[in-house]
Amino acid sequence: MKGGQAGWAFVAPALAVIGLFFLVPTMAALALSLTDFDIYALADLRNLRFVGFRNYAELLANPLFWQALGNTLYFVVVGVPISIAVSLAAALLLESRLARFRSFFRTALFAPVVTTLVAVAVIWRYLLHTHYGLLNYALGALGVSPVDWLGDPHWAMPAIILFAVWKNFGYNMLIFVAGLQTIPEDLYEAARMDGASALRRFWHVTLPALAPVLLLVSLLTVAGYLQLFAEPYVMTQGGPQQSTVSVLYFMFEQGFKWWNLGTASAVAFLLFVMILAVTLIQLAVARRRGAL
Amino acid sequence: MKRWPATLLVNGLLVVAAGFALLPLLWMLSVSFMRPGEADSFPPPLIPSAPTLAAYRTLFTQHGMGRYFVNSLLLASAATGLSLIFNVAAGYAFAKLRFAGRDRAFQLLLVVLVIPGQVAMIPLFLMLKTMGLVNNFGGVLAPAAAGVFGIFLVRQYALSIPDELLEAARVDGAGEFRIFRSIVLPILLPIMVTLATFTFLGTWNDFMWPLIVLNDERLYTLPVALASLSREHVQDSELMMAGAVVTVFPVLLLFVVLQRYYVQGLLAGSVKG
Repeated sequence: MKGGQAGWAFVAPALAVIGLFFLVPTMAALALSLTDFDIYALADLRNLRFVGFRNYAELLANPLFWQALGNTLYFVVVGVPISIAVSLAAALLLESRLARFRSFFRTALFAPVVTTLVAVAVIWRYLLHTHYGLLNYALGALGVSPVDWLGDPHWAMPAIILFAVWKNFGYNMLIFVAGLQTIPEDLYEAARMDGASALRRFWHVTLPALAPVLLLVSLLTVAGYLQLFAEPYVMTQGGPQQSTVSVLYFMFEQGFKWWNLGTASAVAFLLFVMILAVTLIQLAVARRRGAL
Repeated sequence: MKRWPATLLVNGLLVVAAGFALLPLLWMLSVSFMRPGEADSFPPPLIPSAPTLAAYRTLFTQHGMGRYFVNSLLLASAATGLSLIFNVAAGYAFAKLRFAGRDRAFQLLLVVLVIPGQVAMIPLFLMLKTMGLVNNFGGVLAPAAAGVFGIFLVRQYALSIPDELLEAARVDGAGEFRIFRSIVLPILLPIMVTLATFTFLGTWNDFMWPLIVLNDERLYTLPVALASLSREHVQDSELMMAGAVVTVFPVLLLFVVLQRYYVQGLLAGSVKG
């Protein structure tokens, strides 16, 4: 049939690109993670050996890998709830009937999302500077003594989280705004007639109605935050004392600094499995709670 | 009126939030016009005492910023063009053309969507190396040419094209390619602007992949150049802020102009998805 041929002719180029430059390499990553591909194999493929699960076993015995995993989980567990809370608060403010100049505020709050991550990370490095940074200056006005944000292992990750919240909250904010607009006004009217306070209306009307959106937003945000990389690369270079080495940063160093491409592939694969697992767990929890 | 305090509170909080979002960007702009070394004093100055373009001049004459700007512009434009060609054709076909294996192929694509891009990076790097595409713009562009998100975006939009319109053209004897070009493309124009905006911003802002593929300094994109510059020139605040302005300004401008299309794509990619 002629229509059938046309269909394939239209999709084939795109499928070829995705297959060749994404699907094949993804499967190859699994194979590569079972080899000792390193700088010698890069020079001459005859040096390549199949090592089974040795890369994985070595990773699990490597304290730096565990630290990278711990740092990444810290970033996700603390950063995701704060990001979502800020996004939701901003969306509620924007959608409040009392809000003025909505389109200006919406654009302003969203602006950090479209900026170039590397460039704004550079800005924040200066804002967070111990002596000349605006943040410490503002805190100083409140009587707080200077914090060495990016130089103190206890403060480096919180500083990166603050930066990530600033950079990302506008994205989920827009999704929440769209979700809020679908909640029928009668629900609020009915709640108001029953004498429900603003807080109770939020708790009993807004939140349940937003449950599917909340799930979607948390899936996207967790998956995105697990891929932390450019922030530590630009702001701290993984330090101080490796307190901001993330899983992807660890993978990048293993792969493209030390050329341990077999090990790096194993890291990439473990990250994939983690993202998949978190997604499935969140879906299961949501199903049990009836959000889906 | 009892409304007053609440109105003041809501709008006051919005002003605070907007300040939080915009202050770092305004500070960047202000510092980029300061004299060398001016920002490193206490208390930190907010406004340049005598605005100067010195930092920009140094950036373009001594650090080759012009070249990086052209590289970024070239790559983002090329990726946008490629992505339009590949994704629009595929998205339309998945929505409106019947062919054997269509639904299965589309389901496979949706599965691909959950795989993070970094999993493919290392083998892809080795693959491109053997193809001679490492240290080459081709290596940055190849994986950006088509993407599941783009296909999905176009498909959702194309579903609304009435079948009767296409059937009528077929009855008139128009070929599938001709129908695509003269009937479908004009209808898809708004979503093409959305896709173009997304691809351009995404490629312009992308960091990890160009960092891996482009090792030759002359091929650096703005983010890669800025990251490398920031590792060497930690103390030159004015210089780094001027670099950040040059990198961020074009995308902010593009966003403000095409905001409507961008937001539409963002919501199509999430809420409806």
